Amino acid sequence: MSLLAVLGVISSAIYSGTSLLYTTLGEVIDERAGIVNLGLEGVLLVSASLGFAVTKTTGSPYLGILAAVLAGGLMNMVFGYLVITRQANQLASGLAVMFFGYGLSALIGKSFVGAKINPLPRYVLPGLSRLPLVFSSLFKFDFLIFLVVPMAVLIWWLLYRTRWGLGLRAVGENADTAFASGRNPKRIRYQALLVGGLLAGLGAAHLTIAYTMAWSEYMTAGRGFIAVALVIFSNWDPLRAIAGALIFSAAVAFQLLLQSSGAQVSPFLLNTIPYLLTILVLIVWGGNRKQSAPASLGRIYLGSE
Amino acid sequence: MPATPTSHALPGPMVSMRGITKAFPGVLANDGIDLDIYPSDVHALLGENGAGKSTLVKILYGFYRADSGSVLLNGQPVRIQSPADARKFQIGMVFQDFNLIPAFSVAENIALFLPDLKPVIHPKEIDHRIEEISTRYDLQVNPHALVSQLSIGEQQKVEILKLLLSNARLFILDEPTRVLAPHEIKALFGVLENLRKDGYAILLITHKLNEVLECADRISVLRTGRLAGTLTRREASEEKLIAFMFEKSLAGLNRHAHAAARSDRPPILRLTNIATHSLGAQVGLEDINLDIYPHEIVGVAGVSGNGQKELGDVILGLQKCSQGHKELFGQEATSWSIGRVRQSGVAFVPENPLQMAVTPYLSVLENMALTRSRLYARLGGLRVDWGAVQADARESFVRFGFSVPSLFVPVRSLSGGNLQRMTIARELAFDPKLIVGSYLTRGLDLQSTLSARQALLDARQAGAGILLISEDLEELFTLSDRLIVLSRGRIVGSFLPTETDNYTVGRLMTGAKV
Repeated sequence: MSLLAVLGVISSAIYSGTSLLYTTLGEVIDERAGIVNLGLEGVLLVSASLGFAVTKTTGSPYLGILAAVLAGGLMNMVFGYLVITRQANQLASGLAVMFFGYGLSALIGKSFVGAKINPLPRYVLPGLSRLPLVFSSLFKFDFLIFLVVPMAVLIWWLLYRTRWGLGLRAVGENADTAFASGRNPKRIRYQALLVGGLLAGLGAAHLTIAYTMAWSEYMTAGRGFIAVALVIFSNWDPLRAIAGALIFSAAVAFQLLLQSSGAQVSPFLLNTIPYLLTILVLIVWGGNRKQSAPASLGRIYLGSE
Repeated sequence: MPATPTSHALPGPMVSMRGITKAFPGVLANDGIDLDIYPSDVHALLGENGAGKSTLVKILYGFYRADSGSVLLNGQPVRIQSPADARKFQIGMVFQDFNLIPAFSVAENIALFLPDLKPVIHPKEIDHRIEEISTRYDLQVNPHALVSQLSIGEQQKVEILKLLLSNARLFILDEPTRVLAPHEIKALFGVLENLRKDGYAILLITHKLNEVLECADRISVLRTGRLAGTLTRREASEEKLIAFMFEKSLAGLNRHAHAAARSDRPPILRLTNIATHSLGAQVGLEDINLDIYPHEIVGVAGVSGNGQKELGDVILGLQKCSQGHKELFGQEATSWSIGRVRQSGVAFVPENPLQMAVTPYLSVLENMALTRSRLYARLGGLRVDWGAVQADARESFVRFGFSVPSLFVPVRSLSGGNLQRMTIARELAFDPKLIVGSYLTRGLDLQSTLSARQALLDARQAGAGILLISEDLEELFTLSDRLIVLSRGRIVGSFLPTETDNYTVGRLMTGAKV
């Protein structure tokens, strides 16, 4: 395998991993506050379709990103209303939101299938501009890629070094304790879902506006669920999520490379590699380590008399 | 920082509660209660289970809202609608089961309750504040340790530190001594004494008379939701307090004549070199050798988390042992299923009945049938004879002198005491031959405690062997024919109760060499 191919895998992993990492960071925040958002797939789809539609209609990828981000926040608020205010089961609500988002995004994106958009401008990594074009073109990134690792650090800082983060983690561990400390667990959970939704929207925007630059039905192909698995892989730690998203995306890029290089394996089988990897990770990471899942993950907070 | 202690001759109360009334569905938990709490005063709130102590302090802390009545702070009426309000008025509370987050460090747990926590946290500054206060009140604990790694006594220190750093002036402590070893209780009382000197007010819930008389300046007794009376330490005596707590006087225990004739019979239970794997933070058993004979109560002392749960689980078969043998009634039983162990006549009262003994959403009646479903099955299991279950349940409640509100309410709605009574009645009903009882009287009031203890003594008289796991040394000394001490999963001491005393056992419990 040539150097170029390897670099191609890396570049492609960075591209596809960015949306995954934003989404995973959002889910880390949701779960740190005690909420499992299985509706993430639907949130991504609605954000992606709306972001793409707005970009196409207005011609501005930035307005598209804004629309996607707001849509993500709004979708998570719908989910939040179900699981926080109405105290519905988180898993059932998540699946409902997923299917709802699937249908809604198909409707929004229907007339945009196959459309072409103004992509997000890309910048060559500083210092690499002198390389031959074949190389430097692999390392031309948009601003969302440049921002994703600082974002992970920012989320870590928010969770571990701010009052807000301490309260949020407390709600995920024991909402009654958080309440006893004078906090409002329901409000904090809404806040967590809002931030999580904005981040998921950012991920969806990157996927459709910067990476694929196209909309097709169910284009997220399970990324929402992969993000949920990555949260477990990363042990609910935003910094470890960076590695998780990169490894998973490298697997995606690698199997694409195998396919394009004409490997004598069914492409359907190759397509499953990233998901096999996810299953493997869950098996290996499953129950034999010190668990650091938030203690009230998935529990409904009922409040007090 | 402590404010200047109120030094005038008659300081007014810091907090007054007037006419506090609170009803829960079916129960009047508090009925017009008046209470005055003074600075530099340890005020004990005494009463049986269900007397309304917890409800009253939870109203003061804003966890519940009173139906009527008022709270005055330094003579001014205030409205306490939530714990946040209570904290604003410098009222802090340590809950019975603590309110610490095990996955957080000590510092994080304390920071969570700091009223002046800045939006951006500076961990060093918080460590510094913790160290300052902990040295002052002799509450040393490592701020970076995870709470899950701390002992119960250390966790309590953290709770008190948390209140001190949150600027509370009134400390509410809900049964603080329940799970402490004797020397830890002593240390706690020392800390309370220092707090009192610095002008803090302390409201202490307990149902242990000797503790009240040891540390309280003022004692209020609640009985069935009403204030039975308030006494100062000087006025109080054991008899007076008991008279306030109970309308009728208590019957003593009937210990029967000592019928144990040990080694001439085969043991009911024999554990040989038992060991278990330790999972995560759990303790594994090591090298456990234990025989239990008919007509014998073997008490197991130990600080919780030192292998008591594992010991009970191994006997019942909930946990597999990695080494050693278990014999029940002379038969090799190491690999018996739980069902087979139970059928052979083993009864089990686990340490946490709500999790281990019942299914919360089924009714009391259904839970009573749970462990004997085969007995009540009719038509080959197609029908359950609920009439028989009911008759048996009522009979066993009468037999043990327990009352349970209704057989038809979900178990989830029972109070801790009622749940414990239900579990004991179910497990002891069919004259088991071996009883494994963990913290059998935890959460029970004096009356029910006596009933439960009497039931054990009666079972012993009838020939049962009993393993009694408890943290209440007084209980162990009263009931046991033999006493073993568990520490870090090993048996570190084995005594006749007459050979030893609280302090020896207490020291062994905490891993010290005698």
